[in-house]
Amino acid sequence: MTGEPVLEVEDLRVRLRTPRGPADVVNGLTYRVGQGETVAVVGESGSGKSVSVLALLGLLPARVATVTGRALLQGEDLLTMSPSRLRQVRGPGAGMVFQDPMTSLNPVLTVGRQIVEGLRAHSDMSKAVARRRAAELLGEVGLPDPEGALDRYPHELSGGMRQRVVIAIALSNSPALLIADEATTALDVTVQAQIIDLIATLQADHGTGVIWITHDLGVVAGIADRVLVMYGGRCVEDGTVDDVLEHPAHPYTRGLLGSLPDLAAPVGPDGEVPDLTTVPGLPPPPTDLPPGCVFWPRCPVRADPRCETEQPPLAVVGPGSGGLEHRAATWCTEGEAPSAGSPAAGASSRAGGPAAGATSGADGPEGGGR
Amino acid sequence: MVVLAGVSVIVFSLVHLVPGDPVRLALGTRFSQESYDALRERSGLDQPLIEQFFGWLGRALTGDLGVSFRSGETVTSLIAERLPATLTLAFASILVALLIAVPLGTISALRPRSIIDRFATVISQFGISVPDFWMGIVLILVFAGTLGWLPSGGFVPIGEDPLEWLQRLVMPAVVTGVVSGSVITRFVRSSMLEALGSDHVRTAQAKGLPTRQVFTWHVLRNALLPLVTVTGVQLAYLLSGVVVVEIVFSWPGLGQLALQAVQARDYPVLQGAVLLFALVFLVINLVVDLLYTAIDPRIRR
Repeated sequence: MTGEPVLEVEDLRVRLRTPRGPADVVNGLTYRVGQGETVAVVGESGSGKSVSVLALLGLLPARVATVTGRALLQGEDLLTMSPSRLRQVRGPGAGMVFQDPMTSLNPVLTVGRQIVEGLRAHSDMSKAVARRRAAELLGEVGLPDPEGALDRYPHELSGGMRQRVVIAIALSNSPALLIADEATTALDVTVQAQIIDLIATLQADHGTGVIWITHDLGVVAGIADRVLVMYGGRCVEDGTVDDVLEHPAHPYTRGLLGSLPDLAAPVGPDGEVPDLTTVPGLPPPPTDLPPGCVFWPRCPVRADPRCETEQPPLAVVGPGSGGLEHRAATWCTEGEAPSAGSPAAGASSRAGGPAAGATSGADGPEGGGR
Repeated sequence: MVVLAGVSVIVFSLVHLVPGDPVRLALGTRFSQESYDALRERSGLDQPLIEQFFGWLGRALTGDLGVSFRSGETVTSLIAERLPATLTLAFASILVALLIAVPLGTISALRPRSIIDRFATVISQFGISVPDFWMGIVLILVFAGTLGWLPSGGFVPIGEDPLEWLQRLVMPAVVTGVVSGSVITRFVRSSMLEALGSDHVRTAQAKGLPTRQVFTWHVLRNALLPLVTVTGVQLAYLLSGVVVVEIVFSWPGLGQLALQAVQARDYPVLQGAVLLFALVFLVINLVVDLLYTAIDPRIRR
């Protein structure tokens, strides 16, 4: 499942200058994306998902954002490379699909022009050749009448079609890594399914590594190989899709999964539907993160005295699968911890904490460790 | 056309509502009742207002705006005489304005809250709030008086003496240009900031386009629409004569003509001038609308 690593992110941190003081929006993110692999980054709004990928490609305004850590794209560090090299990497190295297809295309330029300029920025192909290639790309992403679409303006296309154009642009230089930032959130469910299929097909054909940012756990279950759950700018849990979705170890992940509507739930006699479960409260403001576990203020468990005062390291919580560890940053692993369903789970997981910390310490700095 | 008809009604009524008798003014202090009546009849002022209006409107439609009470020349020839000076000053001013506004507004938008941005804000605030006659007088004192580099006023057609034409044009064009430029600078800054912050700019950067290309095609191109609008408004304003500046620099433009007409209750000239200003606004709005469709495909139908 895990091929050659396309992207290796180590201890990525982003600090933004805000009027209310510095905000630590990404705090020590470490992950890797292999060839042909899909890593889903999930979390609610404000958890730092989008910022963390924008930071990779240097798309955050340098005036307000300070990015530290390492991000090796095919062995080259994106965070230290020169602006001109970074420009060369954007496109052929990593393509990006944005959330809202209504605004991510330039309204005053034709679709064809917007693809052609991307192609020509990275090769010396003639306008005519680039135009032909653009039409091919539009055909590849399933746009009807690709030749005709070249001369259309974005407003003449539907949202789904526009997103296909954005994908065509992202894929135009055959990137090694594709970043989809909430790429289907603004679309109808049916169109969403088409776009997901499309990206999966293109990924299988080209062996592209994909980072899929979403808050839709249904999408995650369908497409991802691995999941990284973000909260308060930290990775609170990661592992394979099966591990994380079937045996969530972090109270936050459990909360997220618990808030999915249960379609099989019995409907009351009056046709009334059970209320949706929610995680009460709001994420902490990034200018004022709690000293202990970031989830502590909203956590229903709080099973350990250290929750409030000490940051839990990202530690192994289960045997993992597919050669990948299942890790979570929490002091409270009892209950649903997959390794031990016994009443002694609390004790065993606490005992396992330091040891697991040592294991994960081998492949990089701890998430959230300071 | 409807607008123009409305404007002509308003112009006509306003002009006739203003107290003062043109015939009396034209005749001076001592005159006989006969000569008064004769002139009144000759100018058509003895007829009912409605008849005067439709008579004037009918002739105006054929291009005859009447004859000046004061000089006896036709209004069209009076306007034609002033037109070159006004056109020259208006286009020179808008050029100065754009030369100031586009670079200054762009730099401010690229580096918000930087020293240049603050400087630009102060300058444009200054340009908007300082009275143009004062700026004109200061310029004359410095460049025509103390330094003696430039003539203090007047207008020479470019055909007669291009150098003299330019020398006399510089100061009035700078004064009106600075005022218009200050207004335009703020528009450029805000529309540029908006364009810079839009999602498609990020898409363009993510494509790996060179910075200059991102700027030209995804920022500047999109900030053009508001720029065209505000430039159109400013140009229309400049074309209808900048009265104060024309007087300070003894610039023989339409503003001066209109002012003199008001003072002399020279109805035909005033009506002709105001009608022309309305026409200028309409034409410029039309041109701006046409430019819109060229710039923004979303407006095309």
